[in-house]
Amino acid sequence: MVEPVETRRVVVLDYGSGNLRSAVRALERAGAEVTLTGDKEAALAADGLVVPGVGAFAACMAGLRAVKGPEIIGRRLAGGRPVLGICVGMQVLFELGVEHGVTTEGCAEWPGTVERIQAPVVPHMGWNTVEVPEGSMLFEGVERERFYFVHSYGVRDWTLFTNGRTRAPLVTWAEHGGDRFVAAVENGPLCATQFHPEKSGDAGARLLANWVSSLKASR
Amino acid sequence: MTLAVRVIPCLDVDGGRVVKGINFRELRDAGDPVELAKVYDAEGADELTFLDISASHEGRATTMEIVSRTAEQVFIPLTVGGGVGSVEDVDRLLRAGADKVAVNTAALRRPELVAEIADRFGNQVLVLSVDARRVPAGSTTDSGFEVTTHGGRQSAGKDAIAWAVEAAELGAGEILLNAMDADGTQDGFDLDLIRLVRAEVSIPVIASGGAGRLEHFPPAVAAGADAVLAATVFHFGTLRIGEVKHTLADAGYPVR
Repeated sequence: MVEPVETRRVVVLDYGSGNLRSAVRALERAGAEVTLTGDKEAALAADGLVVPGVGAFAACMAGLRAVKGPEIIGRRLAGGRPVLGICVGMQVLFELGVEHGVTTEGCAEWPGTVERIQAPVVPHMGWNTVEVPEGSMLFEGVERERFYFVHSYGVRDWTLFTNGRTRAPLVTWAEHGGDRFVAAVENGPLCATQFHPEKSGDAGARLLANWVSSLKASR
Repeated sequence: MTLAVRVIPCLDVDGGRVVKGINFRELRDAGDPVELAKVYDAEGADELTFLDISASHEGRATTMEIVSRTAEQVFIPLTVGGGVGSVEDVDRLLRAGADKVAVNTAALRRPELVAEIADRFGNQVLVLSVDARRVPAGSTTDSGFEVTTHGGRQSAGKDAIAWAVEAAELGAGEILLNAMDADGTQDGFDLDLIRLVRAEVSIPVIASGGAGRLEHFPPAVAAGADAVLAATVFHFGTLRIGEVKHTLADAGYPVR
């Protein structure tokens, strides 16, 4: 049997309810071979891991912990193996989440707190533009497009630093109702978007294809 | 203002088929919601809404298939409403591939349902659909608008604005505001209703009911709508989504 040499195997981490079908199909359309599972070994073995997430930060962290998500993400990153967080799947990569006055610990891959957006109309719902930094891989070809957001919380303050040995993460920002927050992060093997690329039409498809083609096929 | 005003076509679906007539030449099967969804997507629709008006269980089961097929082929947000009565209904729709679920009568009967859905899935999935009309002679509400059921024919005995506020507090993520007096008239949106709701809630408001001509859309946004929804004018091809967006853009509103 002949297998395609360049097949990238992606696992979409299944740790609760919500619409995961769209993420799976959008990644397939981007050229990946996709498995939807909460299985730790499969998530560790994949060429790329997608961590989705909708709803509350605390509920997502609890669901993620139940499938050993923080450990899976940590082990993958230690080996330089790509992880892509989407929406609350991005938020839980930060240190803390504050919702309704309750603080929940995240995966702490990045410093920073996820807090309520300060805008006249929240949730921030719909298609918005983003400010993409120089050298972005994810946004190549779609720097000026709109992406679909739906969230009430975000990372509103992130002071980047570099000690000269490490490269600072590439941060993409978005603005809504006078507030600014992180829209995407590219940090070596760890990437994330606050918006939903799987719901962002052709622009989202291109972004996912950019990510999938950056993965190294393991066979 | 950088967030685009959303233009949302609504499809009435009965037993897996689109109810109202369509004259799109692009369509091979004019009654297939998935085919129509693809056309709307290609035309630049920012979201899609399916309203399931099936009366039977079989009809609803078919709607689930339609939702799945749409989610597999159309990569923009999909809202599904019609007969949603429980947390389990919402779970099934989300698993089938819906991104948001519109709740109407069931939330009127039992407002706690709004909180139950929001607690379980997050408020972003919950669209509260409000069928509002001006109070008829002989009755009053604080705002002058009341909530109706049965397609606008019966009063629910609630002030429409107060209900929108209550639902937002309970955890609704968005209000789908259906102006029953304007619905079907094609005389324009009910701007007073939009203004009153916009002034009282801080969640997004989708204006619905009354769209007939291109010039009806910018005033709805000026009145405070974050999104505009229409069914008939898009179904019959009277207006195209691209035209609506151009009109909004010419009026100075950001569109995708």
